[in-house]
Amino acid sequence: MSALSTNHLLGIQNITSQDIKLILDTADSFKEVINRPIKKVPSLRDVTIANVFFENSTRTKISFELAEKRLSADVVNFSSSSSSVKKGETLIDTVNNILAMKVDMVVMRHPAPGAHQFLARHIDANIINAGDGTHEHPTQALLDAYSLRTELGDLTDKKIVIVGDILHSRVALSNIYCLQKMGAKVRVCGPPTLLPKYIGSLGVEVSNDLRESLEWCDAANMLRIQLERQEDKYFPSLREYSTQYGVTLPMLKSLKKEIVLMHPGPINRGVEITSEVADSDQSIILNQVENGVAVRMAVLYLLANHK
Amino acid sequence: MKRIILQYEQVDLILTRLAHQLVENHSDFSNTALLALQPRGTLLGQALLQKLKSLFNIEVNYGTLDTTFHRDDFRRSDKPLIPNEVNIDFDIEGKRIILIDDVLYTGRSIRAALDAVNDYGRPDSIELVTLINRKYRREVPIQPDYVGEEIDSRVDDYVKVDWEEKNCKVWIITDNT
Repeated sequence: MSALSTNHLLGIQNITSQDIKLILDTADSFKEVINRPIKKVPSLRDVTIANVFFENSTRTKISFELAEKRLSADVVNFSSSSSSVKKGETLIDTVNNILAMKVDMVVMRHPAPGAHQFLARHIDANIINAGDGTHEHPTQALLDAYSLRTELGDLTDKKIVIVGDILHSRVALSNIYCLQKMGAKVRVCGPPTLLPKYIGSLGVEVSNDLRESLEWCDAANMLRIQLERQEDKYFPSLREYSTQYGVTLPMLKSLKKEIVLMHPGPINRGVEITSEVADSDQSIILNQVENGVAVRMAVLYLLANHK
Repeated sequence: MKRIILQYEQVDLILTRLAHQLVENHSDFSNTALLALQPRGTLLGQALLQKLKSLFNIEVNYGTLDTTFHRDDFRRSDKPLIPNEVNIDFDIEGKRIILIDDVLYTGRSIRAALDAVNDYGRPDSIELVTLINRKYRREVPIQPDYVGEEIDSRVDDYVKVDWEEKNCKVWIITDNT
């Protein structure tokens, strides 16, 4: 029997393809659990988990909290807006104070890339990265991969395009690592200003042509334009962006084959994709949300699965 | 030392007897379902299913149950506990459930199974079939309703139920040689 190669989920970059397979296979079992009449199992009943969010989050936080509760863990929530962080406390002090209350796992979102690596070196608890700035968002990549595997089967040599704001997206980076480790071919597509200069060094194809990319791919992951992270203007207007890089239903229907459409949410309807596309049969956006709970249960279960 | 305690012919006779005992108590199985425990109980489950079909032409609700998430040794075992597939395509509520496992020893798997079954509804009753009942080492008060063979064994013995297609042998392996 196999186990994860790590005690923390800091990013997809530092886990193996066997780890990814184990997490996704275990998520299959949890998907079955969350569709039972009683959706709760007692596995983590002696485990306490702190959800520490230094950045806003709706679905990731709810998804983690639900996953933890479905596993019978005790859960404490902490968000920086209502905490001593505002009073000048350092990250390590904040977390050590939480750990002094005998917490076994920490799920953290933090604006600084690498904050989780720092914590993992200094504290004795399993750390799960729920997003660190523009760096990684590993559980989102795992749930995207899980949803894609459900739709397309084995991802070896499948073609996936990630469209939009690659520059500010932690989802993009984690997705690239994850899909490549699963053997998929990955392309990024967006306006040149929103593509990092050296993104090609990750071994991905780079394109500025949405139409051609959609013809190329089996699935497209449409990223949200992160206006809150954009200090400068990267494109003339949202309207121009949506004309060039927004997916519409007529465009989707005119493709030679039917592609799968994903979005990590929250959607800017009418910008990255139109409402008809978001609600179409080809969109698996709500499946992603459901799968998110199962995948996070798998991650928590496997990390706790050590003596 | 490795010794065969049941040959194929004996296992086949036992399966025939168990099928008769089950039919005696459950007649046409209209409100009964078989639930085999993953991973090794499913082989016995399939064999019993075939017996019921060939001897009595009875179609039975059959599913597989995984107890991993209800085990009591999570975070206490050196080995990671990796779940197996569950396949239950009927409603458990109000059914008479027959749990199937190959070897009953400490009873802890069955305790976990009793919890796991309740996740799917409240059955009318739960019974237990086991091919081998290893006596004298029960750690919880659980006893089988239908037994293939009762054996006396020592704590460090290992009982292996070996299925190869239709061919099933039961070995007892002792490490004192």
